[in-house]
Amino acid sequence: MRQIDVKEIIPVIRKLCIDANYYIGEDVIKKIKEFYEKEESETGKEVLSILLENYELSAKEKMPICQDTGVAVVFIELGQDVHLVGGDFVEAINEGVRQGYKDGYLRKSMVDDPIIERKNTKDNTPALIYTDIVPGDKIKITVAPKGGGSENMSEVKMMKAADGIEGVVDFVVDRISRSGGNPCPPVVVGIGLGGDFEQSALLAKKSLLRSLDQKNPDPKWAKVEEEILEKINNLGIGPQGLGGRTTALGVFILSKPCHIASMPVAVNVQCHAARHKSAVI
Amino acid sequence: MPKTKYLQTPLKEDELAQLQIGDKVFITGIIYTGRDAAHKRLVELLEKNEELPFDIKGQVIYYVGPAPAPPGKPIGSAGPTTSYRMDPYAPALLDAGLKAMIGKGPRSQLVIDSMVKNKAVYFAAIGGAAVVVAESIKEAKVIAYEDLGTEAIRELRVENFPCIVANDIYGKDIYQEGVEKYKR
Ligand code: SF4
Repeated sequence: MRQIDVKEIIPVIRKLCIDANYYIGEDVIKKIKEFYEKEESETGKEVLSILLENYELSAKEKMPICQDTGVAVVFIELGQDVHLVGGDFVEAINEGVRQGYKDGYLRKSMVDDPIIERKNTKDNTPALIYTDIVPGDKIKITVAPKGGGSENMSEVKMMKAADGIEGVVDFVVDRISRSGGNPCPPVVVGIGLGGDFEQSALLAKKSLLRSLDQKNPDPKWAKVEEEILEKINNLGIGPQGLGGRTTALGVFILSKPCHIASMPVAVNVQCHAARHKSAVI
Repeated sequence: MPKTKYLQTPLKEDELAQLQIGDKVFITGIIYTGRDAAHKRLVELLEKNEELPFDIKGQVIYYVGPAPAPPGKPIGSAGPTTSYRMDPYAPALLDAGLKAMIGKGPRSQLVIDSMVKNKAVYFAAIGGAAVVVAESIKEAKVIAYEDLGTEAIRELRVENFPCIVANDIYGKDIYQEGVEKYKR
């Protein structure tokens, strides 16, 4: 049993919120450069080069890549041999978010209730926290700020097994087609297959934590990912929806077993500002 | 062939008439910011025949909710927000004299028709290129609805604010034509 004081978590979360918003992953930069070479549209090329310039500037000026610094999505992998002491774990995470969003000059984008009052909570809390218990005595923390523009293009559908993989592919491609320029393409497409209604959505979100450099470890899904990516990039939407070949940088699938009667499919759309940073305590 | 144009605000009709979808534009001068909540209030004022907090004739509204300004900067990161949320309000503002909107993503046919009627345009700024845009903003001050926080109306002084013509005064739409061109 390893004791960890929850106060240790606060500065870690604070830093992850700031770093995720200032510094885009190398994988995104590499992919955009790759697609720049292949882009046929002049406007599309122009947009991609401005995005690259923006990632450089944000890191240099220490300013957020995008003004929508998102809701703070926090994934926790909690080792089962960890004993958390010194206070409330969830409150410690929220305090880290509060400090990160204040000290990093990040935008506060949370409203207290979704429809009646919609009053800004002014410190970007509460964080959206997902905790998995795993073997070991460490805590892995991932902060993934998620912007509204791309999140709003996401969807869950309870499909039938008879729809087959073709049905899934069509649903995903159609979802991206209907999104057009709204989610700030080029996008990254997270797909959750199986589980149940809510788990499919969480799988889709978690899939977005993969690096764009990595192939799906399961060749069966890697093939489907490639097929969907090709179809999406044939839609013509292009960078920012202004027309072109670069609509998506990658497609990620995560799947889980499900009920014999069900086939839940979730699409979580992520913009090019695919922000996530991790740390281990 | 897309061209590069430099515009000064307030915008002039003859200059807008020369713009075509796909043109790269750099805007210099005063522009105003506004998102959903501010738009709702502006349209309510127009409905009551009351004065707006700024003279809208020939003006530009930029759909943005900026990040807080870090020390020594006039504004934080300031990329565009999704424009369709402003579609219900845009025609009333265009009728009142607004000449251009800057945002991201396609507009509804109603807004496009209103742009043709009022000889106005829509510019796409690059979503997520928020530091590049912020660098073009030299001064920013809140002029109305401070209570709305990031959604308050700000007056911005911009120099070579970068954007692309998405809808011209002739009813053309880059979001349709661009996609058609590259679809396979
Ligand atoms: S979709 Fe992404 S890049 Fe676009 S405004 Fe939202 S957070 Fe920024």
